[in-house]
Amino acid sequence: MKLDLERIEVDRVVFGQENSFADGVLTIDKEDLLENIRHDHRITSLEAEIVHPGEKVRIMPVKDVVEPRIKVDKNGMFPGFIGKESQAGAGKTRVFSGTAVVTTGNVVGFQEGIIDMSGPGADYTPFSQTINVVLTCEVEEGTEEHIHEEILRILGLKAADYIAEIGLDVEPDKTESFDFKSIAQARNENNDLPLVGYIYMLQSQGLLHDTYVYGVDAKEILPTLISPAKVMDGAIVSGNCVSACDKNSTYLHQNNPVIEELYQRDGQDYNFVATIITNENVTLGDKERSSTMVAEMAESLGLDAVIINEEGFGNPDTDLILNCKKLEQKGIKTVLITDEYAGRDGSSQSLADAAVEADAVVTSGNANEVIELPAMERVIGHDRYADNIAGGFEGSLQEDGSIRVELQAITGSTDQMGYTKLSAKGY
Amino acid sequence: MAEFKIVHYLNQFFGQVGDEDQADLPPQQKKEAVGPGVALNNALGDRAEIVKTIITGDDYFNENKAEAREKIKEFLQEDEVDLIVAGPAFNAGRYGMACGGVAEIADELNLPFVGGIYPENPGYEMYKKFGYFIETGDSVGSMRQGIADIVDFINHYIETDGKPGAPEESGYLPRGIRKNYFREERGARRAVDMLVKKIKGKEFETEYPMPSFDRVEPKPAVENLADSLVAVVTTGGIVPKGNPDKIEASSASKFGKYKLNGVQDLTDEEFETAHGGYDPVYANQDPDRVLPVDVMRDLEKEGKIGKLHEYYYATVGNGTSVANAKAFGKAIGEELARDGVQAVILTST
Repeated sequence: MKLDLERIEVDRVVFGQENSFADGVLTIDKEDLLENIRHDHRITSLEAEIVHPGEKVRIMPVKDVVEPRIKVDKNGMFPGFIGKESQAGAGKTRVFSGTAVVTTGNVVGFQEGIIDMSGPGADYTPFSQTINVVLTCEVEEGTEEHIHEEILRILGLKAADYIAEIGLDVEPDKTESFDFKSIAQARNENNDLPLVGYIYMLQSQGLLHDTYVYGVDAKEILPTLISPAKVMDGAIVSGNCVSACDKNSTYLHQNNPVIEELYQRDGQDYNFVATIITNENVTLGDKERSSTMVAEMAESLGLDAVIINEEGFGNPDTDLILNCKKLEQKGIKTVLITDEYAGRDGSSQSLADAAVEADAVVTSGNANEVIELPAMERVIGHDRYADNIAGGFEGSLQEDGSIRVELQAITGSTDQMGYTKLSAKGY
Repeated sequence: MAEFKIVHYLNQFFGQVGDEDQADLPPQQKKEAVGPGVALNNALGDRAEIVKTIITGDDYFNENKAEAREKIKEFLQEDEVDLIVAGPAFNAGRYGMACGGVAEIADELNLPFVGGIYPENPGYEMYKKFGYFIETGDSVGSMRQGIADIVDFINHYIETDGKPGAPEESGYLPRGIRKNYFREERGARRAVDMLVKKIKGKEFETEYPMPSFDRVEPKPAVENLADSLVAVVTTGGIVPKGNPDKIEASSASKFGKYKLNGVQDLTDEEFETAHGGYDPVYANQDPDRVLPVDVMRDLEKEGKIGKLHEYYYATVGNGTSVANAKAFGKAIGEELARDGVQAVILTST
């Protein structure tokens, strides 16, 4: 499973007459972009804007963030949606590093997020650091929520794919090579090192809490092995509207930090040999089955230790704890990554479940902590949703345009794959 | 006179008023340091000074909460105060609860609080979030060390301008308050570091110590449902249209109580969901899907249940803190019990 990530460093993105890339400047033909990605007859309006880090701009409500990536042979990115499954996860992938596609509009309802490009809110979202091509998309009145979600999900993927294609003629600045070994290879090369895996939990509670694997709804899957290289090629796509702070946008799946960090020390401290995806369904029967299968799979692979991260909070805390318990009971050591819902004053219990076996936990912060976001010069999307999005409350949107919300409302602020440095500790 | 002014809280015994016979003593104040306060004052030197001592009988405080609190609040508001010190209460239960109660009053007045307490004293567990509790031994024999530790902390508190830092570095017991900050490395790297340490059997420190979990044993089944008054309660956010109480879509700070008199069926014209954690389309089309009033009415007609209670309660269980949920549950439970409800159907989403 060898994959080369060929990165093109982008300094600026502008709209222009013709698609091109030169001297760090990516030029996009806006009309052609919009024409090519307008994929559904129910789209009533579609606009694109570019924002750079440091600008006094607020984007909300944010549906998804996607990184422009493409296979050098053109086919294979986002398998199941755009590319072919068989061609993902190998060969060369071209990336416009430092850029992202952000989708917004009168979206779905409650669980979309805020990205501030400057000010205090910018410290909390990874996407204040990317140059964002923001798509504001509206759909016909009466379009059902799940259809609306799907239209925006596909739109983001199409835009990322369109933009990335400009990079095919560009000489990349650097190449990162990944070579994910099989257990047999790892045993051959470093027989004395422990075997390590990654338990990658996908939000699948349903009713707009969906994640797709090769285009398949993760609710319907049984826990299974996946190639980490395929994850980098967009095999996992976000289709969910869980609270913005800890839903894994497609960008974060593409850049999964646990996979990257585990790979860093592969062959030195351990052999990183397995990435197991599992779901977070709502019934106890589903939870028991999935967690049992995860533990059995890890055991049959001979894993010594794993990192587990959840997505979302509350109900999935149970899945996290079940996975942890069943693995530890088999003697497989676990480290968990989660965020916390400790209340606005930080004094409540942080998770909806707990276990003594969970003795090694990394926290990505208390999502209930309240932040003041000063007014921005420009809002892309609609700030009238501030009171209603998860993390907002009555009076969140102040008259002067400033917003008082829980961190929960900020896209990626307490990401549980450990993409950011936010954390919490006890006082 | 030192600039930093302290009010000290003591019970009747340490306040040198009397023994158990004075346990029902209402709050009083003396404009001087008393009992352990004298040693405290001496050790503080010129830095800080006890300007007033409030003394209350332990029974009085615990049995006349409202009056006791009102009076103590009044005393505290009379002059300028920089810090309230209470105890040490050691392992004395009633005294510990009173010191904790004073911490809560201090919190309401936005005044900092320092108390001395034995960690197993229930006053610590219940009131730890309202102030800084310094660990003492379980009995009066540890008074000297306790006073010394309290003085050390007060000095540290003054030096750091009221920002003493984390409990382990600053000598106070954990308050159970989680605060955010940015660490040096991203979470995924920290997870890998922790994993390697755990594999190698090296020491590592979890970033979130798991709490002991509060599990509720299910009650036995209701024996005679046909004669029971049954209520429905939901965390699925079903509210009268327009969400009159403005229950939040997530992190609810309140619950609502709504009439079911004459309601046979929850229609989309009159009800909706306020919940922000799921696709609301199906719940809004037919709110009975979350709060099954229609079915309850059928059961009522069929005689399967005695009667459906005339009110239902609703909140949103989406990111709502356990502390809030617990408080809602307690309040709703008390009202239902008062109204003679014998069984409750809880629906979630």
